[in-house]
Amino acid sequence: MSVVRIEGVSKRFGNVTALEDIDVSIAEGEFVSLIGPSGCGKSTLLRIIGDLIQPTDGNVVVNGKPARKARIDRDYGIVFQDPVLYDWRTVAKNVALPLEMARWSRQKRAARVREMLELVELTGFEDHRPWQLSGGMQQRVSIARALSFDPALLLMDEPFGALDEMTRERLNMEVLRIWEQSGSTIVFVTHSIAEAVFLSTRVVVMSARPGRITSVIPIDLPQPRTASTREEPRFFELVTQVREALHLGSDLDRTAPAPETQEATA
Amino acid sequence: MTSAAPVAVQPVPRGGLGKLVGRRLVDWLPAAVVLVGGIAAWQGLVVALHVQQFLLPKPSSIATTFWNNRSELWHAGWFTFQEALGGFAIGSSLAILVALVLARWRPLSAALLPYAIAANAIPIIAFAPIANQWFAGGLTKSSKIFIAAVLCFFPVLVNTLRGLTSVRPQDLELMHSYAAGQVAIFRRVRIPTALPFIFSGLKVATVLAMIGAVVGEYFGGTQEQLGVLILDRTRIFQFPDAWAGIALACLLGIALYVAVSIAEWLALRWSPSTSA
Ligand SMILES: Nc1ncnc2c1ncn2[C@@H]1O[C@H](COP(=O)(O)OP(=O)(O)OP(=O)(O)O)[C@@H](O)[C@H]1O
Ligand SMILES: [Mg+2]
Repeated sequence: MSVVRIEGVSKRFGNVTALEDIDVSIAEGEFVSLIGPSGCGKSTLLRIIGDLIQPTDGNVVVNGKPARKARIDRDYGIVFQDPVLYDWRTVAKNVALPLEMARWSRQKRAARVREMLELVELTGFEDHRPWQLSGGMQQRVSIARALSFDPALLLMDEPFGALDEMTRERLNMEVLRIWEQSGSTIVFVTHSIAEAVFLSTRVVVMSARPGRITSVIPIDLPQPRTASTREEPRFFELVTQVREALHLGSDLDRTAPAPETQEATA
Repeated sequence: MTSAAPVAVQPVPRGGLGKLVGRRLVDWLPAAVVLVGGIAAWQGLVVALHVQQFLLPKPSSIATTFWNNRSELWHAGWFTFQEALGGFAIGSSLAILVALVLARWRPLSAALLPYAIAANAIPIIAFAPIANQWFAGGLTKSSKIFIAAVLCFFPVLVNTLRGLTSVRPQDLELMHSYAAGQVAIFRRVRIPTALPFIFSGLKVATVLAMIGAVVGEYFGGTQEQLGVLILDRTRIFQFPDAWAGIALACLLGIALYVAVSIAEWLALRWSPSTSA
């Protein structure tokens, strides 16, 4: 059964068409990356899956039910592009927020928060306020918060965008480990081609204005992925394939107004 | 790799109230110099220019009178302070409650907010003589409490409502992703966001509460009220007595303001601007 099924989804903001005619189906246990130029509607698509905004057209089914029902059942965890932490809560209490909402007991919450902060290497920062952390640390708090309640579906919007390469690679491995252990489904937005190829079972390439899916590239690298995966020839082939698909999308963009410019110069 | 990161980060501020006052003492030095200098200049000018006592008494004679009449003044001041405090408490808490209701049901807010803003702009104190008629001819505390409460109500309402509705959209989005209900959203997002706004409304209200109580008393009351004391002493040309009463009204107003400021500091310790 597919965990996420998107059928003919379009989204317009006023006269800006953010998404046009999106069709994707994501099966249980898949790790799907969305990649595309800035402004092509990746965040918008993630919000639509999470029922945080409504599509103008089309239909979204999550876990076999309407997206709204899935949200109310707390079927997914989301990492926003901005960390979205509450200044009036300490780091520990920010991580505990979804657990509070799910009515976990105080002891269970404390234990899980400790575990999650250890995972993102923020032990010792429990009592800090979000504004006392660096951007990358804030982003890690937000990752810890999303992972804390073991959601079966994880929506992650450039979760590692603000991190250094070392931390990023370590957290890549952590996410893969969590994904393998829990059998969760992950939809992951990134700007890094290598990251998308390394992590995913499928890469969805999008183009801008209007946001469209230009190609879907299955990643047939062996599981589990390890540090040596990045050195395999097949890895480089796939990176090249995704890069070319991205350029194809932007070339289409560029060739469209070309006749006009020729006329102008003639 | 991140083991080096904590070095760059400031420790959690754990300064107590004592530390706050300690730091602020230095900040207040210039203001204290101005105060002392101002009083000295006042004293000097009154003496040098032979200003008549009914125009402006010397600070020293106000201080002496204040000390000599301290028990009578204190009695009247306490009476009036209770009125101001009662009005402040009733008006502000009602305003916060109404703001919560209006923020929860937006159409209600759209219908009523323009009138609240308009009421905030009218000089409600002008109704003081009428209010005195409503409550036993103004001989009890209740008429002054009423005036102070009405004066406090509107600024607190308008500020609280603005705070409750100025939540960042992404903060709400996060709560929606947890399928949070309205109660959880108010408790965990709207009210914390509104707190700084509520406190700026409350600080305005402290000043208005004292004004409401004292001016209410000008339009009638019993001997034990500070406003009546100021008025009577002016009528019988005991100007230093009247000025001592005014000074006490100022001190009480400042005390109330400072109390709210301390409460604000305690409630908003999480905020970057409070801890900085
Ligand atoms: N709330 C909104 N109101 C109006 N327009 C919006 C809104 N949200 C997004 N858009 C528009 O939709 C388009 C897609 O935005 P989106 O944030 O989904 O892009 P993105 O692919 O996530 O970009 P980036 O990689 O820079 O994060 C943009 O043109 C943007 O201007
Ligand atoms: Mg985005």
